[in-house]
Amino acid sequence: MPETTTEGTIEALSLVPKAEAEQSMKDFKSDQEVRWCPGCGDYAILAAVQGFMPELGLAKENIVFVSGIGCSSRFPYYMNTYGMHSIHGRAPAIATGLASSRRDLSVWVVTGDGDALSIGGNHLIHALRRNVNLKILLFNNRIYGLTKGQYSPTSELGKITKSTPMGSLDAPFNPVSLALGAEASFVARTIDSDRKHLTDVLRQAADHHGTALVEIYQNCNIFNDGAFDALKDKEQAQEAVIRLEHGQPIRFGAHGTKGVVRNPTTGDLEVVEVSEENQSRILVHDAQATSPTTAFALSRLADADTLHHTPIGVLRSIRRPVYDTLMSDQLDTAVEQNGKGDLSALLAGNDTWTVIG
Amino acid sequence: MTSQVSSPAEEADEVNGSDEALVGEQRGHAGGKEIRRLDRVIIRFAGDSGDGMQLTGDRFTSETASFGNDLSTLPNFPAEIRAPAGTLPGVSSFQLHFADHDILTPGDAPNVLVAMNPAALKANIGDVPRGAEIIVNTDEFSKRAMQKVGYETSPLEDGSLDGYSVHPVPLTTLTVEALKDFDLSRKDAGRSKNMFALGLLSWMYHRPTEGTEKFLRSKFARKPDIAEANIAAFRAGWNFGETTEDFAVSYEVAPATKAFPPGTYRNISGNLALSYGLIAASRQADLPLYLGSYPITPASDILHELSKHKNFGVRTFQAEDEIAGIGAALGAAFGGSLAVTTTSGPGVALKSETIGLAVSLELPLLIVDIQRGGPSTGLPTKTEQADLLQAMYGRNGEAPVPVVAPQTPADCFDAALEAAWIALTYRTPVFLLSDGYLANGSEPWRVPDLDELPDLQVRFAQGPNHTLDDGSEVFWPYKRDPQTLARPWAVPGTPGLEHRIGGIEKQDGTGNISYDPANHDFMVRTRQAKIDGIEVPDIEVDDPSGDARLLVLGWGSTYGPITAAVRRLRKAGMSIAQAHLRHLNPLPGNLGDVLERYDKVVIPEMNLGQLATLIRAKYLVDAHSHNQVNGMPFKAEQLATALKEAIDA
Repeated sequence: MPETTTEGTIEALSLVPKAEAEQSMKDFKSDQEVRWCPGCGDYAILAAVQGFMPELGLAKENIVFVSGIGCSSRFPYYMNTYGMHSIHGRAPAIATGLASSRRDLSVWVVTGDGDALSIGGNHLIHALRRNVNLKILLFNNRIYGLTKGQYSPTSELGKITKSTPMGSLDAPFNPVSLALGAEASFVARTIDSDRKHLTDVLRQAADHHGTALVEIYQNCNIFNDGAFDALKDKEQAQEAVIRLEHGQPIRFGAHGTKGVVRNPTTGDLEVVEVSEENQSRILVHDAQATSPTTAFALSRLADADTLHHTPIGVLRSIRRPVYDTLMSDQLDTAVEQNGKGDLSALLAGNDTWTVIG
Repeated sequence: MTSQVSSPAEEADEVNGSDEALVGEQRGHAGGKEIRRLDRVIIRFAGDSGDGMQLTGDRFTSETASFGNDLSTLPNFPAEIRAPAGTLPGVSSFQLHFADHDILTPGDAPNVLVAMNPAALKANIGDVPRGAEIIVNTDEFSKRAMQKVGYETSPLEDGSLDGYSVHPVPLTTLTVEALKDFDLSRKDAGRSKNMFALGLLSWMYHRPTEGTEKFLRSKFARKPDIAEANIAAFRAGWNFGETTEDFAVSYEVAPATKAFPPGTYRNISGNLALSYGLIAASRQADLPLYLGSYPITPASDILHELSKHKNFGVRTFQAEDEIAGIGAALGAAFGGSLAVTTTSGPGVALKSETIGLAVSLELPLLIVDIQRGGPSTGLPTKTEQADLLQAMYGRNGEAPVPVVAPQTPADCFDAALEAAWIALTYRTPVFLLSDGYLANGSEPWRVPDLDELPDLQVRFAQGPNHTLDDGSEVFWPYKRDPQTLARPWAVPGTPGLEHRIGGIEKQDGTGNISYDPANHDFMVRTRQAKIDGIEVPDIEVDDPSGDARLLVLGWGSTYGPITAAVRRLRKAGMSIAQAHLRHLNPLPGNLGDVLERYDKVVIPEMNLGQLATLIRAKYLVDAHSHNQVNGMPFKAEQLATALKEAIDA
């Protein structure tokens, strides 16, 4: 993983102008009153983002937050940067146009599980596939909050809500699995309540070349309270959360007694009690592996209902060509090959005739 | 006896009909063959989708353009890429009208039909008046091929073509014979029969040939054998015309020197002119061009064309769908690009929500709609004007969008610049409503000098624009220019102007979220007032006699047929006034007065009366609709008849 400094020298953002003076969290707070429900997980994420932004050392006029529709999509209003609160599901498309035409900007997308995975699913997968220079923060609360409590595409099967009084019928998406399947070059997961982990993941996302998808488990205390308690409760979390760190053996549980190994017969991953004899087989996490296969297998360890064995951290971070860079390179190549566009010559074309007065 | 008719009056566009007297000047004999002078000709090439009829038509058009005739073209092809060979649905045609004077349409009825197979004959014969010349490829008139399209007996022999001047030519056999020295199978050699036909027609009409030979060499640069085979077929067709006794007469149509103001000219199609207009607008605005688009007929050619010009700083983004196409364009607009999305009616439906967002964000954005037959998938390759009300009203809430409609293929260039001017000046999405007929049709275009192009320079906001009560200087993203009501365009990267915009209702001035009822009322009315206040030139009325009682009002691509019909009526001694709308929203300020001056207003449209609905609603005028929705442009003669009836009624 590339080393990240805190001095605004993020390599992936080298085209973005640097701030002239040191910044503080306050610089990133807008004058707008934050209007999420008291106790909403969004507050913690906002604070983490505002707190982390000064680290990047970027001119804040070159930072843009684009969102769709939903509770989380109010986010841009609270950031003292440029921002657009757009329409449902379309933020990745709008941000793609912005990022691919303005490489001097740091463009962030804020979206939710409904916005990104239901109405905007198509734009999300294509942004990931193209590897546009965007950082997508997907606030996943496994419920529709702004429309007051219908089940979402990440809700567990059988979810009882206003629109599904007898239980939801559709199997949920695992956003990390989905992103890996969509050729994402950077995929991570973190939790709203773990400020340190959240900030660390944001830092790595910011330093990524191309699209970074960060799924943030976020509690909706009104319509889906406690959805992630299994991952937050200190006791339970030790058994439930698998913290991934690049280059480290994948161990978790109280005192690291559990580990992830590859089943030699099926090739799939499984959780084992670590013992003398299997210790050498504990998988070492490689976020930079060329193939997404193991990252995908890791993403499948989580139980969709109970969230047990949920991996958090950076599952995948690889370098591959970035869309906006390629687009810009083609413009340069076109000038090299054909010279800078000559409008007179273009308009005249090759077959003209002259009428003399 | 030839059927080809020349009309004496220079302004007599489209005076058609082989029953009229031949007035062509006989020029005597050259090379033993008679040459006659005509003032105009309409040729239609028709064949199977795979026969290369569009290419043949394009080449004949280029030859004709470089010769200096005025011209107008009508390509007509099926939506299927290759419908089953030899069937009626698979017929593709290309009609070209060229003249020694100013003309306005691709012509109603062909003087010459080239039919490459029985299907092409059957599908087109209904449009061909008796007396016209028909060149048929007899090689394709096998019993089976004729039965496939329902000919029980051969139309070449059963007398059903009596009254036409039929030239039976074994085009395939002659082409194969001409290419016998090439190492080609009979099938491959036969493919060049369209070039043989082109050569024959080029001889008949004294077209220059260098351009076509040059074109073939360049098109097949990597396959020189194929290039030479095509050139050989082309020359063989020419020589065939010169030597065979079946073609006793050839024709000259003099260059249309008097029809054109001095200048440099080229032939151009609507989609090409529109693409160039966008590139020109980008240069004049000094803003990079960004196209977000999803392929759709008949708009894709604009995406293709702009993709070729990256050395102008043009970014083209082929999106995952129509919504992402306009979304990316809107994102680029936020970043300070001249942003465009191109589509057709079904795509507009998908983009509607984003257009509404652009209305709310008040950012410049061009929405190019190349209209086609609807509803739903409709007729993808045919023309229609039925998206007008969709462009005007097809959004939730009060979401006014300016609408500009080009009237001829070449006019698409100017219309693109004009739409860009409105978008940039008033910070608004703008609809540019072209259609399939303009998109694919072509005509001569006077290439403008760059210093003739309008100045589209914009000023981005650079600093605070408002002083608060406490004296502090702030930037208000929705503080408007008092003249235009446009809001400032502050692009990311400008220090101190960080602001947030969105689709939620905004407080006047600050742009902050506001649910205040009075503010919403004010903002809705202000957005409407901004569009209503767009500077639009007065509509000009063409009423030479000054005593016309009837006004014919059109918009968009009906300009050619309406003008041609009006010329006919005037030539027949009738008084009729004509006006054509380029701006559909807002409408010209003097339109109400103009409408009041006439007893009767007739509005021909390729829809069921959408402009008429707008006119009736806005001006309380009893406008009459004249409608056609058959996927084809109006024919001048039919339109003239309808207008005459309206005058006489």
